[in-house]
Amino acid sequence: MNKNLPKWVDLGLIPLLTLMLAFAVSGLVVLSIGQNPIEVVKVMIQGAFNPFGIGHTLYFTTNFIFTGLAVAVAFHARLFNIGGEGQAGLAGVGVALVMLSYDWPHWSIALIVGTVAAMAFGAAWAAIPAYLQAKRGSHIVITTIMFNLIAGALIGYLLVGPMQAEGSLPESAKFPSAASLPTMYDMLGWFGIGFDKYAPVNISFFLALIAAFLVWVLIWKTRLGYEMRAFGHSEKAAVYAGISPLKITMIAMLVSGALSGMMAVNTVQGEAERLLLGAVEGAGFIGIAVALMGRSHPVGVVLAAFLFGILTQGGAELQFTLGIPAQMITVIQALIIMFTGSLENMVRIPLEKIFLNAGKRGRA
Amino acid sequence: MQLLKTLIATTALVGAATFASAQANPAVIFDLGGKFDKSFNEMSYTGAERFKEETGIEYREFELQSDAQREQALRRFAQAGNNPVVVAGFSNATAMATVAPDFPDTDFVIIDMVVDAPNVRSVIFAEHEGSYLVGVLAAMASESGTVSFVGGMDIPLIRKFQCGYTQGAKAANPDITVLATMTGTDGSAWNNPVKGGELTMSQIQNGSDVVFAAAGGTGRGVLQAAADAGIYAIGVDANQNYMQPGTMLTSMLKRVDVAVFNAFNDVNNDEFTAGIQVMGLAEDGVGWALDEFNEGLITDEMKAAVEEARAKIISGEIVVADYMADNSCPVE
Repeated sequence: MNKNLPKWVDLGLIPLLTLMLAFAVSGLVVLSIGQNPIEVVKVMIQGAFNPFGIGHTLYFTTNFIFTGLAVAVAFHARLFNIGGEGQAGLAGVGVALVMLSYDWPHWSIALIVGTVAAMAFGAAWAAIPAYLQAKRGSHIVITTIMFNLIAGALIGYLLVGPMQAEGSLPESAKFPSAASLPTMYDMLGWFGIGFDKYAPVNISFFLALIAAFLVWVLIWKTRLGYEMRAFGHSEKAAVYAGISPLKITMIAMLVSGALSGMMAVNTVQGEAERLLLGAVEGAGFIGIAVALMGRSHPVGVVLAAFLFGILTQGGAELQFTLGIPAQMITVIQALIIMFTGSLENMVRIPLEKIFLNAGKRGRA
Repeated sequence: MQLLKTLIATTALVGAATFASAQANPAVIFDLGGKFDKSFNEMSYTGAERFKEETGIEYREFELQSDAQREQALRRFAQAGNNPVVVAGFSNATAMATVAPDFPDTDFVIIDMVVDAPNVRSVIFAEHEGSYLVGVLAAMASESGTVSFVGGMDIPLIRKFQCGYTQGAKAANPDITVLATMTGTDGSAWNNPVKGGELTMSQIQNGSDVVFAAAGGTGRGVLQAAADAGIYAIGVDANQNYMQPGTMLTSMLKRVDVAVFNAFNDVNNDEFTAGIQVMGLAEDGVGWALDEFNEGLITDEMKAAVEEARAKIISGEIVVADYMADNSCPVE
């Protein structure tokens, strides 16, 4: 936290301004391919919020909340977990294993065991890099990236071998339908409210919001969270205060891996209902951008995840309506990451000057 | 609440608008991997572009970014009144089976997979027949008595190529040895030209002097390694003869572009038929490539043999075993 600035500027105004800068530059890119930026924004917003779009927007949002929280938790202990892809992928294997091993009688039980399996597999995949970092000093950025590749190879092996459905192409068998998680359509239907029947958003969306709340409790309301933040600010001071680096590194990464893993409840259990190759679809990496933009605060992460959900779904609409290639959205996402992640001082330093001057004048 | 009510009202409106349009207004969906994948997505694109050139009718397109978009993309085009809606790739079968019944007036086409619905045309290719022909050519061109195969990802579809190739080679020369290697077991096996090259080198060391690559982007490495070592290579899907002129014996063609073009054209001429459409040798859906880059390599004898095999397969005199029919191959 920066002491030169009021909290609302630090948490609200700076992300907003950097975002607007990113959009301004994106607008120039849109102009350069001969499209009207205002029209593009209009189509994107309509695409993300119309009755057929919102269910997809929230579905993508759910993924990004999980992976964003995962990166954010690790950030607090100054650990850069780039392994969300692998952790979520392995969690998918975990979900598929428990779903296929037993005929779960009701979705509520399936949801609980699926979530536990996803968290356990995600955490387990994060545990090895965490241990190597804590004990051997192997840099977590390198090891988690390597573990993404190992996870990919392992999942590929499983889907063309032991877990492959008979005679089919690389995917697992379909999960028993009694264990299908309720979609938003089902849930709103209980209250007599209509919703897009085919939207993939499901009960995991609420799971994501609960996870965000619990992360807030963990980081700011528990002793463990305090230790993680202390460790993140200064390892030496933390050790001096009796905090074990091994313990904090392990716990932060296990929590982070478990959160990444929970994404599989949304994609593998909630949407596809079977394990597919490449089920994570880059959400592990988008989580990094979401955590950066959300300034590692759960509220910020949820809002940033929603923004990236809008971009993903609105971007699809750009293709349908204006024929703008999908890569355009990747460009916009990259610009947001660049401005919020690495060019933040471009906004911060002038703002600090303004507020410093205002403060002086106030006192004078 | 108010928002939700508005949402429902809009849903009803959009639903009603679905019935309005029914003109030829084609759309094509590209699978994950992108439009320019040098494989079937790109061939879908080629077919769609050809239709646009010949008829002047514009088409709509969508590149899938996520598995969750499959249903949405089909539904979105059908709702917008696009007809036909064409998609290549086996992964779209589930989505197609869900969406097609909701739009009985829209013609759907799925390539490489079968979906049973009254308004869906399922186009599948007899890759084993085309592979048989290039197998015949390989065995006849080989001087060492050993030919080889490099597959991409180890999936039944690729074994179908391998099995057809082996049958063709054995038919032309019963004593021939066929070496076969798959590049890997995950998606990256489609795009690993370095490994493709290494596998080819090892096959060459084991005596192979003709290699058939059915491995997507990995194939580039195979063709390159074959050219470097001065042995023959066989391309796949598109005509790849131009890639290494002089050492490209031929290419096994899989005409996804024809399937897409036909789908667009049939709807345009009001001749669309649903059901399974097998694109084999008889339909020119698969075949072998002969052009200025390889005409010097194909002797009259080879040409006669391969044309004879082709005629016999079409007439039914030769039956090429399909690996995917029972997941096994009668020859090793």
